[in-house]
Amino acid sequence: MDNRPLSPHLTVYKPQITSVLSIFHRITGAGLTASTVLVVFWLASLAMGEFTFKSFNIFLNNPLIISVLVCSLWALWYHFCTGLRHLYWDMGYGYSLKSVTISGWVAVTCSFLLTFLTLLFFVS
Amino acid sequence: MVELRLPKNSRVMEGITWEKPSDAENVQEVRIYRYNPEDSENPRLDTFFVDLDKCGPMILDALIKIKNEIDPTLTFRRSCREGICGSCSMNIGGVNTLACLKGMKEFKGPINIYPLPHLPVIKDLVPDLNQFYKQHASIKPWLETFTDEPNEEWLQSEEDRKELDGLYECVMCACCSTSCPSYWWNGDKYLGPAALLHAYRWIIDSRDQDRKARLDDLNDSFKLYRCHTIMNCAKACPKGLNPAKVIAEIKKLHLQNN
Repeated sequence: MDNRPLSPHLTVYKPQITSVLSIFHRITGAGLTASTVLVVFWLASLAMGEFTFKSFNIFLNNPLIISVLVCSLWALWYHFCTGLRHLYWDMGYGYSLKSVTISGWVAVTCSFLLTFLTLLFFVS
Repeated sequence: MVELRLPKNSRVMEGITWEKPSDAENVQEVRIYRYNPEDSENPRLDTFFVDLDKCGPMILDALIKIKNEIDPTLTFRRSCREGICGSCSMNIGGVNTLACLKGMKEFKGPINIYPLPHLPVIKDLVPDLNQFYKQHASIKPWLETFTDEPNEEWLQSEEDRKELDGLYECVMCACCSTSCPSYWWNGDKYLGPAALLHAYRWIIDSRDQDRKARLDDLNDSFKLYRCHTIMNCAKACPKGLNPAKVIAEIKKLHLQNN
């Protein structure tokens, strides 16, 4: 009896908008912890004087780090939007399948839109 | 605990491709998970071809046809064939549902059929639901009363009875619980959407007198609060119920009572 196989789960379950957005909420949450460390280093370098700050900025300016930062920016907005969705749910609203689907797509669209707007207005 | 990969004995191997019906024009390919406890082999995925012109419209019709005409050892649960018994729940085309309520025409291309996810498999499409039933029993799915029995029935106003709509319809098919990733990883401690829906059904029953104890019992970081509002349960429920909303209602009651 102990030899009974476990039925397939993650690999066979069709990605649902519900579970995919949920796991991304988690991934972005965890990922943002890592990028926060980067920001803390940046602030620390500022405290350490002009030379360290300038050198750190050169390090930040390479394409790889820039793409990490842009991804983190998106992650921040995504986590923010889906986080608002969670707060709304926690108040007991928005559980019908229709509203879940709509709010999901709204959150995804807003996350990209807000990322784009942030880049447009605050980074030049 | 999160375990993304299946254990070694559970990995699905390539299976047998059964013969196509020779004279059929309208053929549907169906791939079915097979596991035989009487040999020591891993599960496998068999391919069958069903003549749609000589078969009923539902997935269950195809399964019965395959069992009758191609491979009589194919094993699955079924009874009412109209979505009221909850026996033929399985993972069809990647989503948990009842085979009797799912039409074959809803699919394009081959249809994959697996047992309900993340459960021990007894044979083919028959999973072991013991834990699921134990969890249901643990929420005391019966009327708890302390006052003297009335001379006739325990009465309830029409309004109070309406509170049970959207709850009593549950047929315990386990589609919701086994669609929930949180239940996959913590199914031993998290009660899962089905048991919680039933718990709420008794919590808000106007005739029940043990509401506080019921709520206190659920006030547990695992039993109830492993629900992270993923919402796969509501998306899977073949009866159109919304366990996620019900779980939120229980959480709200906890807040109101403390």
